[in-house]
Amino acid sequence: MSEAIATERTAYNFAYLDEQTKRAIRRAILKAIAIPGYQVPFASREMPMPRGWGTGGVQVTAAIIGPDDVLKVIDQGADDTTNAVAIRGFFTRVANVATTTRTVEATIIQTRHRVPETPLNADQILVYQVPIPEPLRFLEPRETETRKLHALADYGTMHVKLYEDIAHFGEIATTYAYPVTVDGRYVMDPSPIPKFDNPKLDDCPALQLFGAGREKRIYAVPPHTRVVSLDFEDHPFAPQRFTEPCALCGATGVFLDEVILDDRGGRMFVCSDTDFCNGRQAAGHRGRLAGNPIESGEGADV
Amino acid sequence: MTGGTVSLATVALAPGFADPVFDAQRAFRSVMAAMARPGRIEPLASELAPPAPMTPALAALALTLADQDTPLWLDAALMASPEVAEFLRFHAGAPIIADPAAAAFALVSDPRAMPLLDAFAQGSDAYPDRSATLLVQVERFSGASLMLAGPGIAGTATFAASPLPDDFVERLKANRAAFPRGVDLVLCTANEIAALPRSVRLVEAA
Repeated sequence: MSEAIATERTAYNFAYLDEQTKRAIRRAILKAIAIPGYQVPFASREMPMPRGWGTGGVQVTAAIIGPDDVLKVIDQGADDTTNAVAIRGFFTRVANVATTTRTVEATIIQTRHRVPETPLNADQILVYQVPIPEPLRFLEPRETETRKLHALADYGTMHVKLYEDIAHFGEIATTYAYPVTVDGRYVMDPSPIPKFDNPKLDDCPALQLFGAGREKRIYAVPPHTRVVSLDFEDHPFAPQRFTEPCALCGATGVFLDEVILDDRGGRMFVCSDTDFCNGRQAAGHRGRLAGNPIESGEGADV
Repeated sequence: MTGGTVSLATVALAPGFADPVFDAQRAFRSVMAAMARPGRIEPLASELAPPAPMTPALAALALTLADQDTPLWLDAALMASPEVAEFLRFHAGAPIIADPAAAAFALVSDPRAMPLLDAFAQGSDAYPDRSATLLVQVERFSGASLMLAGPGIAGTATFAASPLPDDFVERLKANRAAFPRGVDLVLCTANEIAALPRSVRLVEAA
């Protein structure tokens, strides 16, 4: 008896989802690609992880992945954080696919909240995990109304919100999940990526798919699609800038994480994209704190 | 079973995918790649031997995308062959219906005689995804070429297929004009596919 159960438990279909679910998700993906930026409802399934842990991205990945794919999973740019390790392990187990941490080797990259620093190519697919797909949700809580606003392309409230930012703070204070217009039609939430990454969505050679499991929506940006961050003529969109380079690899023009080193104000800024940072260090680039600051006891006096 | 003979269908049903999981996955990646890059021709090799006049690529598309949730509409040339309907009913489990406006997928093997694009489900402004996808069989990807632009295309791309209706360009333009409502087309030969989603724009050759 227990043996029978054990056999049953390991007898998942390839990539966990049953074929009918895959077909439904695949149909939603095709409509999402045909209507760039529009959120296609889909029958999101229970997955063996809690909603909010990337079940939308996982279902999209499961519907497209094949035995020849090489999967990379990142969480805030890192390959070695809990969410990324768990999802990579999930697909290793249920689809037996090759995984990698190197951006250039991957054919499918599932991501939570970052776009890799290394430019993507036409043979890659970027799958975003999306918590709240509706960019207008915090302005209009009713789905019936936001749907009408998208149907009418009425995005006035979003501009009012950005204007109020300027009125209060002197600038647009939205720094992540910064809304974009896709191909001049739909306003879309690029998922909570830093606005630093927004320019990477525009004219990207890779297909970008977005999956929101809890909210049951799939949307897409085809390759080489115009993606424009909302702004005003006198307050143009401006991504974050960093005044210092990465403390480990010395990179500039990349998105940096702040790491607190002690309780006396010591801190360093390092690449959020771990693969990019490791690659630069392997190529001999060194930042200010590249010797291990914790082992050598330095870093406190930064 | 008691006495008498059990009458079996005399025509053998053509087999479906040899490996339903991986054959469908491969075919889907082809159609996804085609949809993501309008006008670009993607290979779709299939070992299916469907009943004529259905080509292997059309059969692979149908078995990859259709199931009991997606009513199919077949054009007159496909309806003329009962084996085609039987093949689709058995392997996809999809209902075959007569009303083009209620179909999720329309299968067309004689594109010159196909209905206008707005005869099929267009979706609504609020739910443009509730619209038909047309799977259209052509003889070859050559002939009078169209110049395409829009999402999925870096600059412009040329596309040709034949046979197509004489006023195909006008039909596509009308489809684009209704955006986000409209239908999406996947064209296929025996072993290649290309897509014309509703997002595609036709540009005049410079």
